[in-house]
Amino acid sequence: MHTTTSQTIGPYWHLLEDKSWADLTRFGAAGEVITVEGHVFDGAGAPLTDACVEIWQSSPEAGDDFTGFGRSATDSAGHFTFKTIKPGPVPGPGNTLQAPHLAVTVLARGLLIHLTTRLYFEGEAANENDPILGLVEAPRRGTLLARETSAGVWHLDIHLQGDAETVFFEI
Amino acid sequence: MSFIDKPFRDYAPGTQPDNDSPAYKSTVLRHPAQPRVKIPQTVTELAGPRFSPEKFPPTDNIAVNKGKEALGERIIVEGRVLDEDGRPVPHTMVEIWQANAAGRYNHERDQHDAPLDPDFKGIGRVFTDADGAYRFISIKPGAYPWGNHANAWRPNHIHFSLFGPGYATRLITQMYFPGDPLLALDPIFLATADEAARNRLVSVFDLSITQPNWALGYRFDICLRGRNATPMEDADAHHH
Repeated sequence: MHTTTSQTIGPYWHLLEDKSWADLTRFGAAGEVITVEGHVFDGAGAPLTDACVEIWQSSPEAGDDFTGFGRSATDSAGHFTFKTIKPGPVPGPGNTLQAPHLAVTVLARGLLIHLTTRLYFEGEAANENDPILGLVEAPRRGTLLARETSAGVWHLDIHLQGDAETVFFEI
Repeated sequence: MSFIDKPFRDYAPGTQPDNDSPAYKSTVLRHPAQPRVKIPQTVTELAGPRFSPEKFPPTDNIAVNKGKEALGERIIVEGRVLDEDGRPVPHTMVEIWQANAAGRYNHERDQHDAPLDPDFKGIGRVFTDADGAYRFISIKPGAYPWGNHANAWRPNHIHFSLFGPGYATRLITQMYFPGDPLLALDPIFLATADEAARNRLVSVFDLSITQPNWALGYRFDICLRGRNATPMEDADAHHH
């Protein structure tokens, strides 16, 4: 048997949308609450106004109060936003340690199969030795680094195509 | 290393669509041009979100809204969610959404000149049981025109969203209906090179699911990525 073929999420996926899912703290999770936000742009620099952005984090460990999963639509400016708990480091392959990160999935009309990337936090010392960032050529690593634009607010734009194209992963 | 830590298998060649599929016009400015960077599956990719029916209540009959029947051909959709080794994927959430019988979504951006049905919202959520089986009741969605090319029409379809056991098993797909003449013309359906793979997106009419005097039955089985059978760690384990 082979994995079922992916098809686009299309422009009408919002029927699924429950805006509360963008708040990963809604069931009462404890920890350092942060906002993660940004835009999604196409190859012409235009915002994606119909995208679905999902995040998943393996830290803090998911449980009753913390699903570790969030979903946000992009608005008319291509903007998404999440409220979550800042992740800590997690084990990597072998004896390595991964820097704090979020897995980010982009789904949209025009994407036949979802795109997978990561968001890291600029300024984390552990980024230097992260085993996944180390697989990305140095000039493109910045496409994965969110910047703290005000206390507790982390910003990262995602470019699907073009000079600033985000690094996407095959997992 | 436990079973749950084994990495998920790569997709079989040709069985997944290429995002660079220009016949589907929306892909042109949205597909990444750079090759993806292959990374090992870590705890982030191997673990995944868990959804419980307590916090995410199921809706398994979307042919009825507040006691009122939606218009259209009532259908029962039933199937199993399995991995590539045929093992059931139990207790996993399946999200569904679709157009109404006239081919119109209950969505503000859908401007197709077809009637909305106040008794059809077009959204449901079910969970697989211990054997990976799921079932829901709906109405057959209509075909609808779209702007991709002259006289373009999407085949009748139901959207599916699944999570499976890990982040790496995320799947969004569409279930089609047997005998639909629009399939051979649809650039979304045709974007997958492997003909057998795309034909597995076509559900099967099943008289055993069909309920007399009530609803037609369709079977749609879904397969999620399986675990690699022979990771290096297995070889090590035998020496302990």
